[in-house]
Amino acid sequence: MASDELFVSGHRGCAGCGMATAVRMILQEAGPNTIVANATGCLEVMTTGYPETAWKVPWIHAAFENAAAVASGVDVALKKLGKREGVNILAFAGDGGTFDIGFQALSGMLERGHNITYVVFDNEAYMNTGIQRCSSTPPYASTTTSPAGKVIPGKQGRKKPIANIVAAHDIAYTATATIAYPADLKKKVKKALELNAQGKGPAFIHVFSPCPTGWRYPSEMTVELSRMAVETGIFVLWEQEGPDISNRKVSCPPKEKRKPVEEYFKLQGRFRHLLKMPDKIAEIQKEVDEKCAKLGF
Amino acid sequence: MGVKQVVKGNFATAVAAKLARVDVVPAYPITPSTLFPEQISQYIANGEMDAELLLTESEHSAMSAAIGASAAGARVATATASQGLKLMSEMLFIASGMRLPIVAAIGNRALSAPINIWCDHSDTMAERDSGWMQFYAENNQAALDLMLMAFKIAEDHRVLLPAMVGLDAFVLTHTMEGVDVPLQEEVDEFLPQYKPLYTLDVKNPMTFGSFGTPAHYMEFKYQQWEAMNNARKVIDEVFKEFEEKFGRKYEQVSEYRTDDADIIFITMGSVSGTARAAVDRLREKGIKVGAAKIVVFRPFPHERIREIAKKAKVLAILDRAVSFGMSGPVFADISGSLINEEKRPMLLDFIIGLGGRDITFRDFDEMTEISMKTLEAGKVEEPVHWINLRKELLEGGA
Repeated sequence: MASDELFVSGHRGCAGCGMATAVRMILQEAGPNTIVANATGCLEVMTTGYPETAWKVPWIHAAFENAAAVASGVDVALKKLGKREGVNILAFAGDGGTFDIGFQALSGMLERGHNITYVVFDNEAYMNTGIQRCSSTPPYASTTTSPAGKVIPGKQGRKKPIANIVAAHDIAYTATATIAYPADLKKKVKKALELNAQGKGPAFIHVFSPCPTGWRYPSEMTVELSRMAVETGIFVLWEQEGPDISNRKVSCPPKEKRKPVEEYFKLQGRFRHLLKMPDKIAEIQKEVDEKCAKLGF
Repeated sequence: MGVKQVVKGNFATAVAAKLARVDVVPAYPITPSTLFPEQISQYIANGEMDAELLLTESEHSAMSAAIGASAAGARVATATASQGLKLMSEMLFIASGMRLPIVAAIGNRALSAPINIWCDHSDTMAERDSGWMQFYAENNQAALDLMLMAFKIAEDHRVLLPAMVGLDAFVLTHTMEGVDVPLQEEVDEFLPQYKPLYTLDVKNPMTFGSFGTPAHYMEFKYQQWEAMNNARKVIDEVFKEFEEKFGRKYEQVSEYRTDDADIIFITMGSVSGTARAAVDRLREKGIKVGAAKIVVFRPFPHERIREIAKKAKVLAILDRAVSFGMSGPVFADISGSLINEEKRPMLLDFIIGLGGRDITFRDFDEMTEISMKTLEAGKVEEPVHWINLRKELLEGGA
């Protein structure tokens, strides 16, 4: 990769952190004329231990639930001061800071129409506080607050369909991506920032971010798991420009080529208990197949 | 010389924001402060003000956006009150910790429960440790003037701290008073453009709001402590400059007929005028009372309080807020100021005017009576007294 990285080495991210790789790729695409507003979470903790920083772009962190609001303030201030032209504004947050506690601020930012690209790094639980259940946590995943016990087999309830909810705000661009497909991720970042620059309003990218520590898998398998989430149909790659859902471009393997969800589960400690529960695996497989069928795959 | 206008307190704070050439106003409506964003939006709609109004989906986001905007180099003002200030509370500490000179007008209103929209100081008092400077206006003129001065003090590089200006709910926010509105050119001379030390700038990238470990956290906090101490001097300088330019005198604590007083009432906000009138009335009866008004509550004016304490035998402190299980907050802080003095007066705390209950001459009579009894006894039997309680509602339970 190029030597003019904007997210640099030396930070304290875990080996195999999916988010760190994604951030690096996103900033490679966004370039130096970029300001980042970051929510509290692993990304902030691991990259900005005073007096060090991993960021070579202007970066601001205020709190957990408000990356979208802080970014909104930066946006209008630069506009008023005549410094907005040619500058990308990115809001970065984890799934907790987006699906749960930051959802209201995100919705407000989307409604107000700021030319900001909001990126959620979704590792499907509150990892920074020690792997607690979130509305992003998939069914039956074992976390420290939804443990797989003798009576209850991990998280109850579904995963909040955040990208669909965001797209329902009728914004300029909504996409999902993973680091297993870097060209796709970068293309989506480019598209989002172009639409921001054209004044078309907010963009949102849902980045699936495997977490070796929280999901309990070997750190060298992050890219493989990212790919397998797509190959099983568990995480569907798509992009949608504008509010019209018929413009949604979906990339999903057809049923005959999709890998069984069990292959994805068996690589991760958080789903280990499911391997003894074929009915639960069948239930998820059915849900995934139905979801993909609805999308025409 | 400015222009005389008859305006509400909220209007006075909005016109101050306009005169200060504020760049960004993030806001969310709440009684009794809503007129502030309304007035700003009207100014912008009429082309009279060149600012960005950011109407957020909550007070929490309003203060979050204020932080982003201020870090990007903008002069930022907002307004809120009561529950809105509580929702902002998390971000207040972050604004001061990041040393961002945001200015907020607070229409001092009671806190729920029970829900109540009328005046007391519970909202700002609960934020006295937030690292924000706190100014309290007695009237609408002071609300305007203190807002203007708050920007200059907050943005001074010796300070770089946010500031809130309290104006009493309805008593000031919604009451029409004659106010001298300064001319734009006068304000421009007094308050030049904000010159931030650091900003979010793609040509000079910096990290704002980083992670502070035990190895560095305390020094960040000590620098805030020093900045707040520096603010005392800067406040005096700015008050003096303001007086020279606009002819209106402000002091951190101002006194009335205190020189030979046995009893001095300590007040904040709109009740201060009532206190002076009550002093005149009680003096006519031959009772040696005076009054002192605290204008700057953070940084706390320790030295001025000690000077005033030397003159009196009893300090009768009016608290429009209460710290349950302790006392009123003003009483607690004055006690702290005086604790190491060799000679100090007796201190009485009067919890009064909560949730908009009027404070009248009769209440001053009651406080005077308790103070005189204490003087005669030569000792304080009970320091905290609730004034003008409706005892008939309390007897026999709810």
